Amino acid sequence: MELLVKTEGDFCTVSVQDPRIDAAVAVAFKEAVRAQTQDAPPRVILDLTKVTFIDSSGLGAIVATMKHLAPERRLLLAGLTPPVKKVFELTRMDSVFQIFLTLEDALDAERA
Amino acid sequence: MPSVHDNEQPKNAPDATSNPSEFSIEVISSTTATREALLQVIAGLAPIGLDPEDSETVELVLAEVLNNIVEHAYPEVGTVGAIHIRCRHLADGLHFRIRDFGNRMPDDKAPLGEMRSYDVDVEDLPEGGFGWFLIRDLAKDVHYSRIAGGNQLDLRIAVDYG
Repeated sequence: MELLVKTEGDFCTVSVQDPRIDAAVAVAFKEAVRAQTQDAPPRVILDLTKVTFIDSSGLGAIVATMKHLAPERRLLLAGLTPPVKKVFELTRMDSVFQIFLTLEDALDAERA
Repeated sequence: MPSVHDNEQPKNAPDATSNPSEFSIEVISSTTATREALLQVIAGLAPIGLDPEDSETVELVLAEVLNNIVEHAYPEVGTVGAIHIRCRHLADGLHFRIRDFGNRMPDDKAPLGEMRSYDVDVEDLPEGGFGWFLIRDLAKDVHYSRIAGGNQLDLRIAVDYG
């Protein structure tokens, strides 16, 4: 699972480079994000701009990541493509996460 | 009925059948079986020209069904289990029949897929249980039967043929 991680002040951005977060990679995703956010600042933005498919395993892996980061750090989501957004909406997980339309929106909010 | 093919490596295109509104594929259970099967189903549906949203729905529902088979029907590592998918394209949507020859569903019933409340502390949020919820939410006429040592799941996805 390839991730691009950038730290800036109080937050870091984790950009997923794979197009799918599904059952085949859910465990690898969780482990990679965990490893990359070990010393992360209080807020972690998960950038999903490149992800075009997520299934229930991928959704579960993102929830697990949020739980792992809590309570010291918060996981924010950005750049959900339509099929990914749909899974969050159907499961109402969009009510659990703070979601930004684009990574830029998330960065603007964090820098403000 | 189209015939089910040999046990060689799954191909990337579904078998041609005499009936253009129907196709069947087969994959062998593995961690990559779902991805292989989805590629073949998407190829099989290409002539219909589904709009992207319907195509995404088909992909998501089948991904959930297939992941469940790989994880629960054939959980033993090294089990070589076949998964058959038949798709019929009828006026009221795409009718899928998914069959495997592994473990039966608990109580011989397909799960209801009820969602738990999210009104809990972060550490108590559910990390699973979304799969059957999504299947039941997106598919219609979901019917499971245990037949002759195998599992058979029928479902319909109402798609817009435009």
